[in-house]
Amino acid sequence: MSRTTTLSAALLVYRRDLLLAQRHWGQVAQPLVFFVMVATLFPLALSPELSELRRIASGVLWVAALLASLLGLELLFRSDHADGTLEQMLLSGQPLSVLALAKGFAHWTACGLPLVLFSPFVAGAIGVPLDSLGTVMVSLALGTGILSAIGAIGSALTLGLRRGSLLLGLLVLPLAMPALIFGARAIDLSIQGDSARGPLLLLAAMLVLAVTLAPPAIAAALRISAE
Amino acid sequence: MLGPNGSGKTTLLRVIAGLLLPEAGQVACNGRDTRADRDAWSAAFSYLAHSDGLKPELTAGENLAFEVGLRRRVSQAEVDGALGDLGIAHARNQLVATLSAGQCRRVAFARIMLSGAPLWILDEPYTNLDRDGSVFASAIIGRHLDAGGTALIAAHQPPAIPGHRPRNLELAA
Amino acid sequence: MSWVWFHKLASPPHAYRIAGRLLPWFAWPAGILLAVGLVGGLALAPADYLQGDAFRIVYVHAPGAWLSMSVYGTMAVAAAIGLIWRIKLAHAVAAAAAPIGASFTVLALATGAIWGKPTWGTWWVWDARLTSELILLFLYAGVMALRGSIDDRDRADRASAVLAIVGVVNLPIIHYSVYWWNTLHQPSTLTRIAKPSMAGDMLWPLLVMLLAFTLFFGAVLLVRLRAEILQRERNAGWLRTELTR
Repeated sequence: MSRTTTLSAALLVYRRDLLLAQRHWGQVAQPLVFFVMVATLFPLALSPELSELRRIASGVLWVAALLASLLGLELLFRSDHADGTLEQMLLSGQPLSVLALAKGFAHWTACGLPLVLFSPFVAGAIGVPLDSLGTVMVSLALGTGILSAIGAIGSALTLGLRRGSLLLGLLVLPLAMPALIFGARAIDLSIQGDSARGPLLLLAAMLVLAVTLAPPAIAAALRISAE
Repeated sequence: MLGPNGSGKTTLLRVIAGLLLPEAGQVACNGRDTRADRDAWSAAFSYLAHSDGLKPELTAGENLAFEVGLRRRVSQAEVDGALGDLGIAHARNQLVATLSAGQCRRVAFARIMLSGAPLWILDEPYTNLDRDGSVFASAIIGRHLDAGGTALIAAHQPPAIPGHRPRNLELAA
Repeated sequence: MSWVWFHKLASPPHAYRIAGRLLPWFAWPAGILLAVGLVGGLALAPADYLQGDAFRIVYVHAPGAWLSMSVYGTMAVAAAIGLIWRIKLAHAVAAAAAPIGASFTVLALATGAIWGKPTWGTWWVWDARLTSELILLFLYAGVMALRGSIDDRDRADRASAVLAIVGVVNLPIIHYSVYWWNTLHQPSTLTRIAKPSMAGDMLWPLLVMLLAFTLFFGAVLLVRLRAEILQRERNAGWLRTELTR
């Protein structure tokens, strides 16, 4: 009878969460639909002119992605908390921050990644030129990753609270603003024809920082909420 | 651990399990403070809470493979064996959402059985179990005790485990 | 150094009494320095070359902004102490400090807007400092909202402590991101709330006001801390004897 290594445990958690997402893919598709809908609001509200939309496209894409990710964060710990499986994970003897990281990554795979893959279509529809679509995807990939990490902290802190979803937005959005600044700027630079390397590298640095520092905070928050 | 509803049995078990931190005092096992190495302490016991701790959208087999798998490598044969010992071998590929409350409790019991931990912390383990289920459960606890394990059980009445007499701790309301 | 002293301080009855004794030492100097600073800044200091008398609001705006950030830091440190060493009083300090810091932030924003009107004609501009203060206000709002949404006091304390610490780690990142963002889009320096480079006779009222605001924060914190202790310990025995002294 051999003890499970931490890495195997993390993989188990990752695969289980993906399996659950697969069985509930309707729930998982909601953030994606929300993303498209929010992006659609802007042409309706402002103008159908692609040239005008192009000027605000970076902002629209990022705001829509942020709000859609917030929606998806709801699902991260809530059901595990409700049926007691979170408690079992707390008691598994495996380092909780590693399990939290695995859950966060699974969440990104199920919610953030579809967003990123779908973004070129939305971006093209609001006037982003073909050459910039790659930058859009990279920018949103890094951004949704950062948001998954930071958002997981908020999700863990607000577990089980009534009106938790509203509170979650209030907690997470200010922390996501730096990523928004650099991510949108990267897309803008690309649309103007300049290199977006600077902001994208900064965004990547923020992602590394988030992935390193968030898991212990998430673990602490989970223990506090599970009491 | 005996006592009426509201006497604090669950709270005390949670404190022992390290889920709840005490206001004062400490939990020590074999003279060592359990808070010194939380993860090592967690690995030393298996906890059955009021709720079964099972995911409704997964099958009984998947639930067990995951939860036991977090602790130790477990084979499909062991999972089947455990489910068989509890009389629900057929439930392996059934979604937990489709099982009855008693069957769910038995699956949770299978998790405890497979964990291989020397200490079992059981909070009202006989909840929802019918007579057959209770017999299976008592037999399994008995086997665990025979093998040198310990069981900390919170209940309304002392459980009848063949061949073993419990040490009772009474909690007043 | 004897840790007994520290643990004594951390006990609510002692903290309550000591806070009460320290209060006049903060309140009176704060009041006097506020008066001196206001007279110095509003009346005595010479008018600014570019902005005329409008710049005088810096004597309230700058200390307010400085304090809004240092109070957040104080709150985060208290929260960390409460979380790591499990000292309930530290959580009480954090809880008491949060609304004061938020108020300083609102003061900084309001005075920033008032400064803006005569200077560039609009009540609000997305200046780097003002935007940074606004995000700080959101951070305060988050910590206070989280604490308010959790009924169990212990869980509320610890959850908002985690959030405060996460916030303080993010503060420099947010600060520099906003400044960088601002330089991209604000080429004209007229639209920035530029602190005028200060000569000596303009500077001293500012330093006085800064000290005054800090003492004021100390005084209000002591009052609020006593109120927090009263509320948290309302069922404790020592309170009855304390209040009938």
